Amino acid sequence: MSDVALRMEHVFKKFRKGQVYNSLRDLLPALTGRMFQHPELNENDRREFWALQDLFFEVKRGEAFGIIGHNGAGKSTALKILSRIMKPTKGSLFVQGRLSALIEVSAGFHQDLTGRENIYLQGTILGMTRREIDSKLDQIIAFSGIEEFIDTPVKRYSSGMCARLGFSVAAHVDPEVLLVDEVLSVGDWAFQRKCIERMNEIIRGGATVLLVSHNLATVADFCHRCLLLHKGQTLTTGPAREVISAYLNRSNKARDDDPNLGPITISSVRVRNEQGSCSHFHAGQKAWIDVELAARRPCSNLSVVLYLKNEQLQDVFYTSTTELGSGEFSLDHGDGFRCSFELNLNLVGGIYYLTVLVLQSCSHTTYDRWLPAATIYIHSTVGVRGAVHCFPVVVWHELLPASRQDVPAQPAAETSTETRR
Amino acid sequence: MRKDGLRELFQYRDLLYMIAYRDIKVRYTQTIMGLLWAMLMPVLIFASGILVRYAYGLAAHKGLHTADLASVAVKSLPWAFWVSSIRFSCNSLIQNRNLVTKVYFPKEIFPIAAVLACLFDLFVASGVLVVFLAAIQSGWSPYLLWVPLLLMAMVLLTLGVGMIVSAASLFFRDVKFIVELLLTFGIFFTPVLYEVSMLGDKGTWLLINPIAPILDGLAACITWHQSPNLAWFAYSFLFSVVSFVGGYTFFKHLEPSFAESI
Repeated sequence: MSDVALRMEHVFKKFRKGQVYNSLRDLLPALTGRMFQHPELNENDRREFWALQDLFFEVKRGEAFGIIGHNGAGKSTALKILSRIMKPTKGSLFVQGRLSALIEVSAGFHQDLTGRENIYLQGTILGMTRREIDSKLDQIIAFSGIEEFIDTPVKRYSSGMCARLGFSVAAHVDPEVLLVDEVLSVGDWAFQRKCIERMNEIIRGGATVLLVSHNLATVADFCHRCLLLHKGQTLTTGPAREVISAYLNRSNKARDDDPNLGPITISSVRVRNEQGSCSHFHAGQKAWIDVELAARRPCSNLSVVLYLKNEQLQDVFYTSTTELGSGEFSLDHGDGFRCSFELNLNLVGGIYYLTVLVLQSCSHTTYDRWLPAATIYIHSTVGVRGAVHCFPVVVWHELLPASRQDVPAQPAAETSTETRR
Repeated sequence: MRKDGLRELFQYRDLLYMIAYRDIKVRYTQTIMGLLWAMLMPVLIFASGILVRYAYGLAAHKGLHTADLASVAVKSLPWAFWVSSIRFSCNSLIQNRNLVTKVYFPKEIFPIAAVLACLFDLFVASGVLVVFLAAIQSGWSPYLLWVPLLLMAMVLLTLGVGMIVSAASLFFRDVKFIVELLLTFGIFFTPVLYEVSMLGDKGTWLLINPIAPILDGLAACITWHQSPNLAWFAYSFLFSVVSFVGGYTFFKHLEPSFAESI
């Protein structure tokens, strides 16, 4: 049993909906009123809902475990129970070893204190002792990369600098169990890399990591196993990639069951190559995207919009039928509409989510949105990074030894232009 | 259960230090401002005390003695400490909402740190008081040894009440206003500006207010060179211990539901 680092044992969490009295001014009249009222009249006040129901999972020591789910699925409640900020209504929690949470990394900062003082403040908040911080201070400052400003009050910092400093402190807590909540999206790209490397280091160091995230790519990268939450209940637990694909399929199915459909619905989206339906492409390949709409009520000035989002769900590409010059269209009750986009997938390797929207361009009303309508995997054999694939080639290179530096480089430049031609 | 809580509080002692340090540092960013901050309320209380004593002296044809001034000065400091401690600890949880809802640690650190920061102010102001007492040649006696014990009762009482009001104001936002009101008018029901003896036999009723015997005792041993009224001080001390233990238990009982109620 000793290899279990963390266990949620049939955890239930109940919240009260409706009126909550948060001032005596409201509470006292309500209490006196209640004495004279029928109990049924207060039924609404006492409506309860279960944010978590029978949550059970075990995370082994050294394992990285993810929790995914839609907004309101109970992810943050689970995290708050894990970090002991909230008490479960029923069930219990077992944690072995020092637990630390990477939640809102700069929550404890005080604007008037210097960076150095804030390291001590945030560090002690996260459970370190001052002596421990003394010994790690240099590492923390170096990791944050803001040595020059370390004795400046934090109120003069940019939000990026605050986040960097906060993460640096959190990353040096050396916990045995680490809870992570969407903090990897701080700072610039280079700093994010650093954070991810540090996280990997922590995992390699034998710590147990529990990641709660919307960022499916991070979950897929980091986590061995993963749990899908839906309305407080566990739908699936298993290897991360399998659970993620279940999550994506579920998103689409949940959409079909939604009774509040608008006047126009997207009835199907298909991604294909020359041969047929396809989700794996090589960088630079052509893809066709077929979209079908159905109208329940007459609508005019419509256009179909296409987005490609990257793993971090940032838009990398956007287009619409109107912007491509095919004009706006109108649909009558019962009409259908079909269109097909052709795209050159000049993208770097990775996972992309295709989003389709139908909107009325003049009023900017979105009638239907399908996220993600499909997942597109791009494979690229060349090592490129960034958003777009420019198909780079090193056409020419030459080493310039120190002894030859005095020789004019003129002829070389000429050769290079020739090669390019 | 409570033993675990105390052990945990001990583990987080560095955090308590840092939070108190933060509260003090922010106030004393400029030394002059900090000193002013520590002195402002005691000086105002002292000034109003002189006014009250002068008026009383006129009415009773007794005049105003330096010992009267010393007594008011001595009592103005712990009263200022009490008022600002309760005020700060009352807001301490709500002001740190970010931490209450996001990170786990024993939350009683906030009201305790608020009281510690005010205790620091009390020590700063005490330095000024010592100079004042020396200037008016108040003198000293072995009865001064009572002071630490009296202060300890004061601090325990403040911590207990501070924990209660901080937790209560988290659940009911208007507790803050009630506390403000009580603090504002509390000075009239506490022998700060006047002496218990001025009310004759009826003055004894005022000593039911647990702060009264402490202030009375401080004035007695510092300015009148007497021992405090032992029976009443024992009552105050007991009340302080009970309020501290009760306040802590109350706070710990409510703590698990802080995050969802704030």
